[in-house]
Amino acid sequence: MMNLRALYRRYGYAQYKMSKFEEYDLYVRNKSFLASEHIITFTDLSGRLLALKPDVTLSIVKNTKDCDETLYKYFYNENVYRISHTGHEFKERMQVGLECIGDIDLYSMSEVIMLADKSLQTISGSTSLDLSHMGFLSGLLEHLGVTEAQKGPLVRCVSEKNAPEIEKLGAQYGLGGDAVEKLMKLAALYGPFETSVPVLREISCCEKTDEALGELERVYETVRALGASGGICLDFSIVNDMNYYNGIIFQGFVDGIPTGILSGGRYDNLMRQFGKAAGAIGFAVYIDLLERFEEEKRDYDVDVLLLYDDTTDAAALARTVKELSGLYSVRACRGKPDAVKYRQLMQLKDGRLETIGPNA
Amino acid sequence: MGRMLNIALPKGRLGEQVYEIFERVGYGCPSILENNRKLIFENEDTGVCYFWVKPSDVAIYVERGAADLGVAGKDILLEQCPDVFELLDLGVGKCRMCVAAGKGFRDDQDRTLRVATKFPRIAADFYSGKSREIDIIKLNGSIELAPILGLSDVIVDIVETGTTLRENDLEVIECILPISARLICNKASYKFNYEQIGRLCGLVTDFIRKGQ
Repeated sequence: MMNLRALYRRYGYAQYKMSKFEEYDLYVRNKSFLASEHIITFTDLSGRLLALKPDVTLSIVKNTKDCDETLYKYFYNENVYRISHTGHEFKERMQVGLECIGDIDLYSMSEVIMLADKSLQTISGSTSLDLSHMGFLSGLLEHLGVTEAQKGPLVRCVSEKNAPEIEKLGAQYGLGGDAVEKLMKLAALYGPFETSVPVLREISCCEKTDEALGELERVYETVRALGASGGICLDFSIVNDMNYYNGIIFQGFVDGIPTGILSGGRYDNLMRQFGKAAGAIGFAVYIDLLERFEEEKRDYDVDVLLLYDDTTDAAALARTVKELSGLYSVRACRGKPDAVKYRQLMQLKDGRLETIGPNA
Repeated sequence: MGRMLNIALPKGRLGEQVYEIFERVGYGCPSILENNRKLIFENEDTGVCYFWVKPSDVAIYVERGAADLGVAGKDILLEQCPDVFELLDLGVGKCRMCVAAGKGFRDDQDRTLRVATKFPRIAADFYSGKSREIDIIKLNGSIELAPILGLSDVIVDIVETGTTLRENDLEVIECILPISARLICNKASYKFNYEQIGRLCGLVTDFIRKGQ
């Protein structure tokens, strides 16, 4: 986490601090932007309805000025309160994120994506940052003459990489063979940017998709020039809410963690919902997912378990602990606790340090 | 060769049928056919590792990454909505999700319809799509009993041949959707093993096409 903060500071991002609470109103109005509708609320002393924050981006967007030309660059490190994976309880989850708000150009977009890649790289050597473009899929669907009602099921199939189902839906909706083939190809598309871009070029068939494709290529080039080192792939199974997101969106994965650990994208449409003209791009890293990803399991709670009794001189004990703790982790106890795994058991008796033995 | 692919198979006939497909396309694991109490079967030559789990648990194993791939019925996927990729329709375990009721049943539109089912989400989605108010009665088995005893008006359940329904004087009134076994994949492990997974999917797809 310290590494991430240092990384963002190095590129001139300032830390954004926010309070634990925010007015409930903010979240109600943008309910579908949030991962879940469940929010912890309470009434404050003056009768206002407050919420424990389930999200940081909304607050940053709300509090950012719109009228000037400045490009705001923030990062944050906050706890958010969301419903757990199983959906039965609320959990406090640590989130680190970064937002860039203002007149977004090719460079600032690329910088954010490069930082997303480097964030993943600080976690592990084997990572994948997958790019998608909202404009590509929506442009393609529009060009193929798909109706609004048909869009939902088709988009869901793309997000599930469910090519066989697209074929079935295509037949049901009476889409042309060419259209179905394009959608199936798009759903199945996955791989390193360079090798998958030609496939995307084949799928692209109108001005909007060409534009999206061009943007992806220019951004990729700039991200590489900025020195991104991890694997960057294309994957159109990443689909976000079109009311908030537009343009490039992305997701990051770390080998060994079963779900995406980083998620972000361009969210100009969210800015519009707040009546702001500026553009914005950002991402969040779900730090709590790293809990199960520690490099190695520790077999011991402590190196040395140091026993003493009522007769032990406190000064002598202090000296011994100071000495030992220079080299090992030490836990001083009066009686032997049951559930502590130690490497070595020692005892301070009559001013002498005795080794009793390793954990039985 | 990359690392081992963990594949969760549903215990029972469906799992055996699907294993046969995998075996025919070259992902066999001979030790699986030995009759013993082992739970995990590895074949280092082909790089796959199979294990048997309760059918309704397959999606959980895959979503949480304990299995890279898994085989689950579309009914379970629709009911649990796991966050996974659905890569293939394996074309086995075919049946239909249906609404059934006692012979001569008349749907009284002014009353809330009582629906007994093992699949509350599928039933709720189906009837909300028809703007019909229902009362869901979640059962875990012997669904056919519910309308006979007057516990519910109709049932939403899987129908394979219809024999059980006929024997209990029930009949299908509506078909909700066809069901078959699907190959699902953990989203993160797809990213790091897409070449291996793609190869397996390609072989299975070819096999299924040829079989038809």
